[in-house]
Amino acid sequence: MDVSTDLAPKLTFLDAFHGRAGARMVPFAGYRMPLNYPAGIISEHQHVRSAAGLFDVSHMGQLSIRPRAGDVSAAAAAFEGLMPVDLRSLAVGRQRYGLLTNQRGGILDDLMVAHLPGRLFVVVNASRKDADEKHIREKLSGACEIERHDDRALLALQGPLACDALCRIVPEVADMAFMDVREVKILGRDGIVTRSGYTGEDGYEISLPGDIAEKFAEALLAQKEVKLAGLGARDSLRLEAGLCLYGSDIDESTTPIEASLDWAIQKSRRPGGAHAGGFPGETEIFKEIADGPLRRRVGLRPEGRAPVRGGAKLFASADATEPIGHVTSGCFGPTVNAPIAMGYVKREIPDGAVVFAELRDKRIPTQLSALPFVKHNYKRNRK
Amino acid sequence: MLKFTDDHEWLRIEGDTAVVGITDFAQGQLGDLVFIELPQAGKQFKKGDAAAVVESVKVASDVYAPIDGEIVEVNEAIVKEPQLVNTDPMGKGWFFKIKIGAPDQLTQMKDEKQYQELVSSAG
Repeated sequence: MDVSTDLAPKLTFLDAFHGRAGARMVPFAGYRMPLNYPAGIISEHQHVRSAAGLFDVSHMGQLSIRPRAGDVSAAAAAFEGLMPVDLRSLAVGRQRYGLLTNQRGGILDDLMVAHLPGRLFVVVNASRKDADEKHIREKLSGACEIERHDDRALLALQGPLACDALCRIVPEVADMAFMDVREVKILGRDGIVTRSGYTGEDGYEISLPGDIAEKFAEALLAQKEVKLAGLGARDSLRLEAGLCLYGSDIDESTTPIEASLDWAIQKSRRPGGAHAGGFPGETEIFKEIADGPLRRRVGLRPEGRAPVRGGAKLFASADATEPIGHVTSGCFGPTVNAPIAMGYVKREIPDGAVVFAELRDKRIPTQLSALPFVKHNYKRNRK
Repeated sequence: MLKFTDDHEWLRIEGDTAVVGITDFAQGQLGDLVFIELPQAGKQFKKGDAAAVVESVKVASDVYAPIDGEIVEVNEAIVKEPQLVNTDPMGKGWFFKIKIGAPDQLTQMKDEKQYQELVSSAG
């Protein structure tokens, strides 16, 4: 049972805005959040793939990490002590995906780290922000000053027309490329814009003072390309994009290598690299890099139309008794127009193999599939 | 005659059979439906047995047999096009017809007014 649902949920700066928009509100990570608006999840999902969807993701945690002495590279070096990710090479104006690890190599959280003038700006999962802040303060307070930005909102504008809509209001973000970050004025106030998101589409995330969030959301929504999208669409979009949901697809019991997040560990942090190791769980993670993990995260395509959800067991055959894995998240993918899922299988199960997912009293043939299910549409070139 | 269950199913009584579906409130709670599994005609159910499955993008839910009886017909149209249940839950979105095995079970159900009171109090 999720204890947080017993408590009064926290509200984002856009709570009244969601109410007026007719959102169906649900508890999520201690917050009251919009699951969907009257258009419904499928329509919101498809609008993000074809135009631009506006999401309130203000429940996520925003932190600044500033070095007490020296330049940002000192903070980057200190923060590298918490994750197997190269932060020292992260140029100013750039953002990178990161993973906090524990002593067993498990994932404490996945997050985004951006290098801004004078600081690292970090966005973490809502469900983990208190734990992350405590962890980061414990380990980094000697070298860095940590500031948590509970006074700020976070909006995501996602889709192939996101740039057209946002650039009419904030023209200086037009030439940003995927994973760029920039400080800009939003309605005359301090905003932080990244060209990134969690839908597989081009788009932006916009951090801004909470007291102007509603006004800015209204301004975006007034653009012809933009419609509101809720957490329901965010989940089906990220799953089609093959992106992990913390708490479902990754957690403290899964390592980055098992989770097929090897790409997030740069060469410089691997054995023989310029600043190899020095992060929690180094021994386990290096062993898995060398020997391969015992299980791995894969994409799954169940046959037929019935969605196979998180928790479903996977078997090697229709009548096997011992599972060879399990599903961690699954839904019906509106763009794929078929059920899609992710899960973990034993290492010996090869790509393309057909396994069987337990669904009610049936076993559904399910093929191991490459991720993402829908091609990423990021703006990788700067022009 | 229309009857309603506390599980948000409706029954339209037509002689010795009942047409069964889910209410507008239920389809709204589930959201866009993407998959429906119906029972086979001829199958016998006891009241409360899981008779059909509905899945939206987000959630799966059972539809229960509202009364004892035998399934006499199912609506294949909603299997091909699950969104019919979202757009017309009390019409084209019906699920199955069941032969009324125990007529007294109907008397314990809500009428339309009582049902509307139930869902308005559920918010």
